[in-house]
Amino acid sequence: MAQRAIELILMRQLASSLAQPILLLDADGDLLFFNEPAEALVGRRFDDVGEIRRGEWAMLFKPSEEDGTPVKREDLPLLIAIDRQEPAHRNYWIQGLDGVRRKLESTAFPLVGQSGECLGAVGLFWEID
Amino acid sequence: MKVTLWGTRGSLATPGPESIRYGGNTSCVEVRGEDDTLLVLDAGTGVRRLGDTIRPEIGRVDLLLTHLHMDHIQGLGFFEPLFMPGLSVHIWGPSSTTEGLRERLQHYLSPPLFPVRLRDVPCKLTLHDVVQREDFRVGPFQIKADLVCHPGPTVGFRIRENDRVLAYIPDHEPALGMPDFPSEPAWLSGYEIAQGADLLIHDAQFSEDEYPSHVGWGHSSIPQALDFARATGVKALVPFHHDPSHSDEIMDELWEKAKADPDLPFALVPAREGATFEL
Repeated sequence: MAQRAIELILMRQLASSLAQPILLLDADGDLLFFNEPAEALVGRRFDDVGEIRRGEWAMLFKPSEEDGTPVKREDLPLLIAIDRQEPAHRNYWIQGLDGVRRKLESTAFPLVGQSGECLGAVGLFWEID
Repeated sequence: MKVTLWGTRGSLATPGPESIRYGGNTSCVEVRGEDDTLLVLDAGTGVRRLGDTIRPEIGRVDLLLTHLHMDHIQGLGFFEPLFMPGLSVHIWGPSSTTEGLRERLQHYLSPPLFPVRLRDVPCKLTLHDVVQREDFRVGPFQIKADLVCHPGPTVGFRIRENDRVLAYIPDHEPALGMPDFPSEPAWLSGYEIAQGADLLIHDAQFSEDEYPSHVGWGHSSIPQALDFARATGVKALVPFHHDPSHSDEIMDELWEKAKADPDLPFALVPAREGATFEL
């Protein structure tokens, strides 16, 4: 596997050092990494699931409104950050791989490298009790 | 390819009786191709003596800067080829997100830090911004630059001539924030620069005991440099960028300990000013 861009490597290192749940996507929208605090939301350990392709992760967590209406993929902050290269923020519910439904607040932003190229996106999450 | 070390010290020039054997000049490496094409890697204080060996008849000199910290550019104003009218000097180095290489170098090569402005040097000067993962060619050399983990825009260089590869990453802290270092190649800073190189010149500034109080400074400990060399499968490692506080005596002890590992899968040759390597 080719080496990732240094900006992605550094972002993963930073995410690994924070208590904030963080997801990291590449420019194609594939889920490259989630940190240990995010494992509690995802419901699985990153080492167990590894990287997840774009078409799979967004639906895997069953994002929905409070009444259960599915959130469209294009309305998910992380995919807004990737596809429109804009920051985004919203609340929604997910069902983790452990089957537990959780209410989240999520902020995402595009990760623009030193060359000006969008290399991916970062999603930060807060679980709302 | 012939590689000569003109400056091996990190951070600050360290002349004196304590540093005679490993050297006191800061980063500078000469690389000569089979056809005598000249590459100069970094312009630390070692570049002054190298510059004195260069004659105008060579026609062209290419200077590759990994980054613009002072210990890598302090010799630039004393690099004689810059003052040879008609000689082509190409400087390659990283821009920042807001300034090009020329603007960044001008911060140093202008008053009050230096009396001669970059625009006034009499050589035929061309500057090249090295952007992420750009490959370029100089004479027989195929060169790859890639950003690596060090504060500020910093690249490593992978230099190939025929089937021989030199990797140069003098300032590098790939273990920063990585409890599982060295990680898998996709997440290892500098992997593609160093992978399988015949010779890797790599940061090994701190001892194992010194590193914990210098985390985030952008440099590796000696054990981390050894682990990086092992993970990238190089054939020989030249630990480089020695700490200014390390005397020859201290370094003899550090390297004796490092070489005691009977399972090192590469040659370990600590950098000494004046040393040469034929690849």
